[in-house]
Amino acid sequence: MDITTKMPHQSWGQKYHIKTLSLVLLTVGLVLLSAQVSGVDLAMFFTNIDQFTNLLVRMSHPDWAYVTIIWQPILETLQMAIIGTTIGTLFAVPFAFLAASNIVKNSWLHGLVRFFLDLVRTLPDLLLAAIFVAVFGIGSTAGVVTLAIFSFGMISKLFYEVIETIDDGPIEAMESVGANKLQVVHMAVLPQVLNPFISYFLYTLEINVRASTVLGYLGAGGIGVYLQRSLNEFDYSQTAAIIIMTLVVVLVINVLSDYLRERLV
Amino acid sequence: MEAKSIIEFKDVNKIYDNGTVGLKDINLTVQPGEFLVVVGLSGAGKSTLMRTINQMHRPSSGSVLVDGVEVTDLKGRALRELRRKVGMIFQNFNLVKRTTVEHNVLSGKISYYPTWKSLLNLYTKADKLQAAEALDRVNLLEKLYMRADQLSGGQQQRVAIARTLMQDPKIILADEPIASLDPLTTRAVMNDLKKLNQEDGITVVVNLHSVPLALEYADRIVGMRAGQLVYDEPINRVTESDLNAIYQSV
Ligand SMILES: Nc1ncnc2c1ncn2[C@@H]1O[C@H](COP(=O)(O)OP(=O)(O)OP(=O)(O)O)[C@@H](O)[C@H]1O
Ligand SMILES: [Mg+2]
Repeated sequence: MDITTKMPHQSWGQKYHIKTLSLVLLTVGLVLLSAQVSGVDLAMFFTNIDQFTNLLVRMSHPDWAYVTIIWQPILETLQMAIIGTTIGTLFAVPFAFLAASNIVKNSWLHGLVRFFLDLVRTLPDLLLAAIFVAVFGIGSTAGVVTLAIFSFGMISKLFYEVIETIDDGPIEAMESVGANKLQVVHMAVLPQVLNPFISYFLYTLEINVRASTVLGYLGAGGIGVYLQRSLNEFDYSQTAAIIIMTLVVVLVINVLSDYLRERLV
Repeated sequence: MEAKSIIEFKDVNKIYDNGTVGLKDINLTVQPGEFLVVVGLSGAGKSTLMRTINQMHRPSSGSVLVDGVEVTDLKGRALRELRRKVGMIFQNFNLVKRTTVEHNVLSGKISYYPTWKSLLNLYTKADKLQAAEALDRVNLLEKLYMRADQLSGGQQQRVAIARTLMQDPKIILADEPIASLDPLTTRAVMNDLKKLNQEDGITVVVNLHSVPLALEYADRIVGMRAGQLVYDEPINRVTESDLNAIYQSV
């Protein structure tokens, strides 16, 4: 007998991949629409490209002597990123557990916590930096606080999603032996989430090292301050030195964290 | 007069939130030291019955007494103390795979420790020795320091039994403990349970799908269908055709 007559009926939508197709069309449509509404002129990108090459030429003689001055602020940028990410993560961990539906069974409570975390994530980091520069004055404190809040929002979400994907069996087993909530988390949850937690921490750190160079531009400390100064003074050989050094540091951090994350899996 | 029962169901009903009837008018008394096997088709309510004993599921009405204590309204510490007395074995073993066998076995003792001590893994020398002894009873002492995920399924299930032993339980509930094991390991696990029942006098309640195993190991067999108890006989009165009847579709 012909197998095709026995096969289950496939719906029209499934057969022609209607869902995927409409999603692609919708995305393309939205991109074009938003370009039009916001007045993005793609042609300008190509007509003005000579300005870009012009800039590159002027930056082609990095001021290597300047490196001796900027390695300190680059280190400061790194420190900001590390401290900010760590503080944010420390605060994020308890919130991540409260937001995970397999830990907190009360849907009101974890719903409320998630809503709060969503709110935190809507705050743009540049806005935060501007506010904290106003509050704490120009310097790295503003940068650290900004990065801490940004990491808090990001890490808490990444972490609670990790927690929700774990095997619930060990949780059940620990509840059945009479463990209390903290003991359940310690025995059954932590061993399952520790490696992904560390991996996401490193990933966030990578992002923050990049972000903190930009934050410095707003006066939040670190290398960004020097970047802004050199650009204002049209000292492009200094700008070039800063950019190259920053790229090197970011690259080193990324390679390091990639290496560590691979070791973890 | 009859000896004091260890588990007693009185008019117990369980209706799940989505309206599914899990248990219907259950009346059941289990004597200390019994080896009780529960049989029934998939969805008959065997797991639900078992989980109302240690209150992993709350019944909707009726009362459940464990060791003379009404358990249906226990909370917090009192609930944890009930669960300490009742060991549970799962079909999927439910070990913490990324830690050692020793740590898994010790975790059975966790409710005896204050939180801060258990968080720092400060287990006493005596408990570490007991963990080794428990593992020895299931013939797995040489795996003490191995990671749990390096063991076979049957070995993991016996580690789970050792974990339960650490609780010094009066009752062991085993929910299809051998469903994912080969025939040989099945024997090892069932023999372990029988040994604890006979040597330590622990009351054992096992959900099984295998009629031959039920006949071989049980002191008493109860059958369930659609949330109700439809059969309850001591082993010397059970016939194979009775059991096959429980597995007939309605
Ligand atoms: N958490 C739950 N929510 C809603 N319904 C449930 C839940 N757990 C079980 N049920 C339903 O209750 C009934 C009894 O389920 P139970 O798991 O007790 O059966 P069982 O006899 O253990 O079956 P099996 O042999 O497949 O393990 C089934 O109809 C099942 O779908
Ligand atoms: Mg079941």
